[in-house]
Amino acid sequence: MSQENAQSAPNAEPLSDADQQIDDAINKEYSAGFVSNIESDTLEAGLSEDVIRFISGKKNEPEWMLEWRLKAYHQWLEMEEPEWAHVNYPKIDFNEISYYSAPKSMADGPKSLDEVDPDLIATYNKLGIPLHEQQMLAGVAVDAVFDSVSVATTFRENLKEAGVIFCPISEAVHEYPELIKKYLASVVPVKDNYYAALNCAVFSDGSFVYIPKGVKCPMELSTYFRINEAKTGQFERTLIIAEEGSEVSYLEGCTAPMRDENQLHAAVVELVCLDGAKIKYSTVQNWYPGDEQGKGGIYNFVTKRGIAHTNSRISWTQVETGSAVTWKYPSCVLKGDNSVGEFYSVALTNNYQQADTGTKMIHIGKNTRSTIISKGISAGKSSNAYRGLVRFNAGADGARNFTQCDSLLIGSECAAHTFPYIESKNPKAIIEHEATTSKVSEDQLYLCQQRGIDAEKAVSMIVNGFCKDVFKELPMEFAVEAGKLLEVSLEGSVG
Amino acid sequence: MLTIENLQANVSDKNILKGLNLEIKPGEVHAIMGPNGAGKSTLGHVLAGRDGYEVTGGSVTLEGKDLLALACEERAREGVFLAFQYPVEIPGVSNMEFLKASVDAVRTHRELPAWDAVSFMKKAREACKAVNLDQQFLKRGVNEGFSGGEKKRNEIMQMMLLEPKIAILDETDSGLDIDALQVVANGVNALRSPERSFIVVTHYQRLLDYIVPDYVHVLADGKIVKSGDKNLALELEEKGYGWLEGESA
Ligand SMILES: Nc1ncnc2c1ncn2[C@@H]1O[C@H](COP(=O)(O)OP(=O)(O)OP(=O)(O)O)[C@@H](O)[C@H]1O
Ligand SMILES: [Mg+2]
Repeated sequence: MSQENAQSAPNAEPLSDADQQIDDAINKEYSAGFVSNIESDTLEAGLSEDVIRFISGKKNEPEWMLEWRLKAYHQWLEMEEPEWAHVNYPKIDFNEISYYSAPKSMADGPKSLDEVDPDLIATYNKLGIPLHEQQMLAGVAVDAVFDSVSVATTFRENLKEAGVIFCPISEAVHEYPELIKKYLASVVPVKDNYYAALNCAVFSDGSFVYIPKGVKCPMELSTYFRINEAKTGQFERTLIIAEEGSEVSYLEGCTAPMRDENQLHAAVVELVCLDGAKIKYSTVQNWYPGDEQGKGGIYNFVTKRGIAHTNSRISWTQVETGSAVTWKYPSCVLKGDNSVGEFYSVALTNNYQQADTGTKMIHIGKNTRSTIISKGISAGKSSNAYRGLVRFNAGADGARNFTQCDSLLIGSECAAHTFPYIESKNPKAIIEHEATTSKVSEDQLYLCQQRGIDAEKAVSMIVNGFCKDVFKELPMEFAVEAGKLLEVSLEGSVG
Repeated sequence: MLTIENLQANVSDKNILKGLNLEIKPGEVHAIMGPNGAGKSTLGHVLAGRDGYEVTGGSVTLEGKDLLALACEERAREGVFLAFQYPVEIPGVSNMEFLKASVDAVRTHRELPAWDAVSFMKKAREACKAVNLDQQFLKRGVNEGFSGGEKKRNEIMQMMLLEPKIAILDETDSGLDIDALQVVANGVNALRSPERSFIVVTHYQRLLDYIVPDYVHVLADGKIVKSGDKNLALELEEKGYGWLEGESA
C-alpha cells in the first residue's frame, strides 16, 4: 500500500517553524541577582519562584541562567497541559511534585545487593548485567574502585585529545556559557510545549556534547559512563552540538530497569547538526512501567528535536519498553538543503502501559529526505499509538518521505493505533506511506511449540524478527541488549 | 513405541475421536487413510498436544511414558514430530533461526551435545539439499511466501534435523509435484530406522508406492475401522470407502 502526497492533517498539533525557532533563540535579559533563601536540602512539594531560585542556587548558577529559568517558569504558568495524546492518566497535580531532591548520600543506600529487591536483581541477571554494574544501578555504596571508573578516565582522555566536550550540562553552564547561551532552547523553544517549558524552569541536569568542526568523535558517547557522576533526575536536559562536518553517535539510557522515586519525567533533548554534520542518537528507555495491575510507573513526557542544516543527517533510534505512560516524538527540522532525517523506533507496551510516540519530520530545505520506520508491539491490556507528522514547506522542492509503520499485537486485549499526519505545501514533494497490523497467532505459537520451542521464546523470536529493521540501526552491543530487553519485558504476556 | 488406547477427544466441545486404538512398534511405518473430516488431522494435533484439543478418554504412551501429561513443547522434545497439513508462516523469523532454536531445545532436552553454529549450518544445508530446497530458503522467513510444495518440503527438512522418534506426516504429499513427491519420499526413507516410527496420513495410494508402509489403517468417524497391509491401500484406491460403512475394527 503506497500513496503519493495525499492526506491532510486536520489534527496535527502545532509546531513552530524552524525559522521562528531560530529567531526565538534566547532573547535573554540578564537582570539583577538573587539570594537563595532556602537552605534545606530537600524541597517541599510545589513549584514557585523560590523553588526555581533554590534549584539554581544549588547549582551555583550564574544570574543569566536563573533569569532564563524564571522567564520559562512564567511562560509555563500561562500554558495548558496538552490533552490530545492517545493516553489516559490521572491528572497530574504539579504542586504535589517535589522539584528538587538532593543526591542521596551513598551512606543512605543499600549496603549490598542482598538489601536490594530480589525481583530487580533477577531482572539484572536475565539481562546479563555484570555484578559491579548491578551495584551501581541499584545504588549500592561501593567503596572499591571498579573497572568502569578507569574505563571512564581513559575514555575522557581520548575525547579531550579529539577536542570533544562531553560533560554534565550544569558544568557546561559554568565552563562554556557562550555555547549554552547560543544554543540552549535554540531547537526546542522555551514555549514549545507545556513539558518543555516546565523542563526549562526546573531542569535538574543532563549531558552537554560539543563536537568541533570536522571531528569524527572517536567513540560512542554514552550516558552510561556518567551514571556514577550525576543523578540526572527527572527533568533531564541534553544539548548536542555537531559543528560543520563533524560526526557523533550518542547513546542514552541502558537496558537495566531504572529505579526512580519520581513519577513525572519531562526531558528535553536538542540536537544542533550544522552543515555536513551527522548525529546519531540512540535511546533505550526502560523506566519502571508499573506493576501488572498498572499501579505506579513513570510518566515519561519527552521533547526531542534536532535541526539539520545543509547536507547534514540526524538519525533517531529508540527502543521504548518502560514507563507507564510515554509521550515522545523525536523530530527533525530539515532546514538545510539535502539534509536527511531518520527515525527508527520500537515501542513495546505490556500490562497497562500506554505509549503515544512517533516523530515529526519538517521539510524546509530543498531535496530533503526523511525515513520513518516505526514498530509498535502491544501485549497485555496495553495501548500503543504511533503519531507522526510529515510536513513539506513550500520551498521543499524535491523533498521525499518514506514512512513504514507496523503494529504487532500479542493477545486480544491490547490495542494499536496509528495517526499519520501529512501536511504538504509543496505539490512536488513525494510521500510513501506503508502500514501493517499483524498478530502473533495461536497457529504460529503452536508451530513453534511443536518444534520444541516454548511459547515465551517463540514470542520473543517473533517480536525480534518484527523489530529487525530497527535493531540493525542500533550500535552493535545495544542491539543484542535490546533483544534481551524485549524478551524480559514480554514475560508473562503469553501462556 | 507408541501405544494409543481407546483415545477420545473433543474439539470445541464436539466429539471427534471416538475410541481410537493403534499400536506402533519401533521402526514401523503406518499409513492412515480415510474420508475428509474423519479425524486424521485431529489425531495428529491430539498427539502433538495442541491447545484446545481436549482428551476426554483413553491413553497414549510413548516408550511407556504418559504422553498426554506433557505440554506440547515437551512432547516435541521427547521426539514427537508433526509435519503440518497447512504449515503457517512466521514472517520476520528466519527459517535458520527458527531451526536453530528448535534443534537446540530438542537436543538440550535429550542431553545430546549441542551443535555449534558451523556444524548446524552444515547439517541444515545438507537437509535442504536432500529435499531439493535452495539454501536461500534458510534465510527466508519461516514458510514466508513459500509455495505449497516448498512448505511441505520445508517440513521434511525440519524433520531431518530434529531426528524424531515418531513422525506424523499429515498429507505431506498433497500439493507436491511428481518429482517433489519422490524427493519427500526419499527423505522419509532415508530416515527410516529401527528406532524411528512414522504415521503417514494420505489420501493417495501413490505415495505408498514410494514409502512402503508396514500397515494401512482406515480412519472413519473418529475410529480405526479397518487395518491391513499395503494391499489395503490398493483396495481402497479401487473401491473407495463406501464398502467399509458399518465396519469396525
Ligand atoms: N475447531 C473446530 N471446531 C469444530 N469442528 C472442528 C474443529 N476442528 C476440526 N473440526 C471438525 O473435526 C472433524 C475432523 O477434522 P480433521 O481435520 O481431523 O479431519 P481430517 O480427517 O484430517 O480431514 P481431511 O482429510 O479433509 O484433512 C471435521 O468434521 C472438522 O470440521
Ligand atoms: Mg486433515
